[in-house]
Amino acid sequence: MYVAVKGGERAIENAHRLLAHERRGDRDVPEVTLAQISEQLALGVDRVMTEGSLYDRELAALAIKQARGDMIEAIFLVRAFRATLPRFGATEPVNTGAMQVRRRISSTFKDVPGGQILGPTFDYTHRLLDPQLAEGFVPEQPMTADASQAATPRVTDILGRDGLIESSPQADSDAAVGDLTREPLSFPADRDLRLQNLARGDEGFLLALGYSTQRGYGRNHPFAGEIRFGEVEVEFSAEDVGFAVPLGSIELTECQMVNQFKGSTTEAPCFTRGYGLAFGQSERKTMSMALVDRALRARELGEEAEAPAQDEEFVMSHSDNVQSTGFVEHLKLPHYVDFQSELGLLRKLRQEFAEANEAVEMQEAAE
Amino acid sequence: MNAPTYNFAYLDEQTKRMIRRAILKAIAIPGYQVPFASREMPMPYGWGTGGVQVTAAILGPDDVLKVIDQGSDDTTNAISIRKFFGKTAGVATTTSTTDATVIQTRHRIPEASLHAGQVLVYQVPIPEPLRFLEPRETETRRMHALAEYGLMHVKLYEDIARFGHIATAYAYPVKVNARYLMDPSPTPKFDNPKMDNCAALQLFGAGREKRIYAIPPYTTVVSLDFEDHPFTRYRFDAPCALCGADNSYLDEIVTDDKGGRMFVCSDTDFCEQRQAAGHHGTESAAPHKEKAHV
Ligand SMILES: [Zn+2]
Repeated sequence: MYVAVKGGERAIENAHRLLAHERRGDRDVPEVTLAQISEQLALGVDRVMTEGSLYDRELAALAIKQARGDMIEAIFLVRAFRATLPRFGATEPVNTGAMQVRRRISSTFKDVPGGQILGPTFDYTHRLLDPQLAEGFVPEQPMTADASQAATPRVTDILGRDGLIESSPQADSDAAVGDLTREPLSFPADRDLRLQNLARGDEGFLLALGYSTQRGYGRNHPFAGEIRFGEVEVEFSAEDVGFAVPLGSIELTECQMVNQFKGSTTEAPCFTRGYGLAFGQSERKTMSMALVDRALRARELGEEAEAPAQDEEFVMSHSDNVQSTGFVEHLKLPHYVDFQSELGLLRKLRQEFAEANEAVEMQEAAE
Repeated sequence: MNAPTYNFAYLDEQTKRMIRRAILKAIAIPGYQVPFASREMPMPYGWGTGGVQVTAAILGPDDVLKVIDQGSDDTTNAISIRKFFGKTAGVATTTSTTDATVIQTRHRIPEASLHAGQVLVYQVPIPEPLRFLEPRETETRRMHALAEYGLMHVKLYEDIARFGHIATAYAYPVKVNARYLMDPSPTPKFDNPKMDNCAALQLFGAGREKRIYAIPPYTTVVSLDFEDHPFTRYRFDAPCALCGADNSYLDEIVTDDKGGRMFVCSDTDFCEQRQAAGHHGTESAAPHKEKAHV
């Protein structure tokens, strides 16, 4: 006697209950707090805010906790919440040139106005596991000095003054800001939508694509013109107020790549730009983004677009890890109706194959 | 911390209006894929987010919702989606095909004929029937615009040349209203004839790919074929072991590791209705309520 599978509802409830238990782990171990995640796993929080497209440290920390440290799951949680939020409008463009810089480096000039500021970085640390950090380590207070009053103009602006780099296209300030979360994407896409797609894109995917350009698949000779990380003011122009109202400040990382030059008989040669921007301190992300942004400008700059990183439709259709993980993981869902249909076809083809072979053998035996 | 609050059927009214506009356009151009600004839903892309958004946009408080996956109301993802709308919309739910006003489905069309006024919402993973022949959206959109479908016929012909049959068992391409080539979603080709001249409105939602398309009631839907290789349905040649039906699509159940197999209706509501009406098969049991496999 066969009894059809039932009880899926209780199975789901029990599975989620078990998940909650596993998430908590050993109950004798103190529970991790959102403040601990936000303060001590800050770069993870930055990544979740960036790819989740929502600047909220507390919610990102909650998502990481809820996702048991699975970053893509955390990004998904933030995105799903973000999708329900009302839109009031777009802020004024942030001025990264006026950034309160905490780190700022250029690999193109030994010194630049405002100076090179190493800031908090893994660069030049020796990657040796540090047993001191296991527990109870109290680091020394950081060195301090008076804040510099010197301006820190963007390196690309310095190059731009002499026309050595292409000018950054100025958007029409009255034009609506493109938003691929509100309007379906179509190709070819404008650069604002491409940059939005890359900003939300998976860090690992962009890293691999950016790396591929360095290895010759769409090479564009990049120099890290400047990477800066710090705080910028965010302002919002409310129509009924009539002027820009400060909303607060956010932490951003910006990377401006200086790339191989273009030029023609009618146009003086100049360097070209690749741009990366992300919430928090996200250097790998912004550098990768800048490499891929430049690669995707191939068509606009009249270059052959043959490498994967230069293929707009390929890159933009596969960069989103929430989409990717959903579709890859949907293979876990039952497919037995289709499988049964495929099985029926395969059995029929195999039977016909066997019959045809038998007929051939019999004919050969008879000859 | 902001405690999230949600609208009726989860989506905000502005989003619902955007989706309804896409649905109306889809109905006006049967089989045409309308781009829409798909939202991130609280379930993963690929798990029915397109169907869920369509359902959320059309659901009213008086609707009666049925959700099936693989033909069954009791598969885990069907339960999950039904619970989602039970919670966010508070609508009545049912497992009865006849009683439902909105049926969301993945991979099957119910066996019982649908009636006028009903809406069948399909979850669609890849809406583009030409996608595996041409990966670029820019190209496939052009091919649709020009009704340039030769590539698909060549593919089907190559199947016949290689295997002696059209080797597509599910997601079998159809022509809608003699104009657009359409992917019926990964339903077995057994279900294809049910789409033709159907009394119910059929809506297709692809969340990750951001497309909605539709078959209005009583529209002609033809499965592609050749004169000398006409379209055929496939079902395993056996009656249902539980209700004896010889015209329903069957699930194959592996009963042991010695080649034991049995075949039962994939549409659980259809099978249960038949059993309740006194039909039975070789393995008939008492009505199978929650008693095993928990
Ligand atoms: Zn049956």
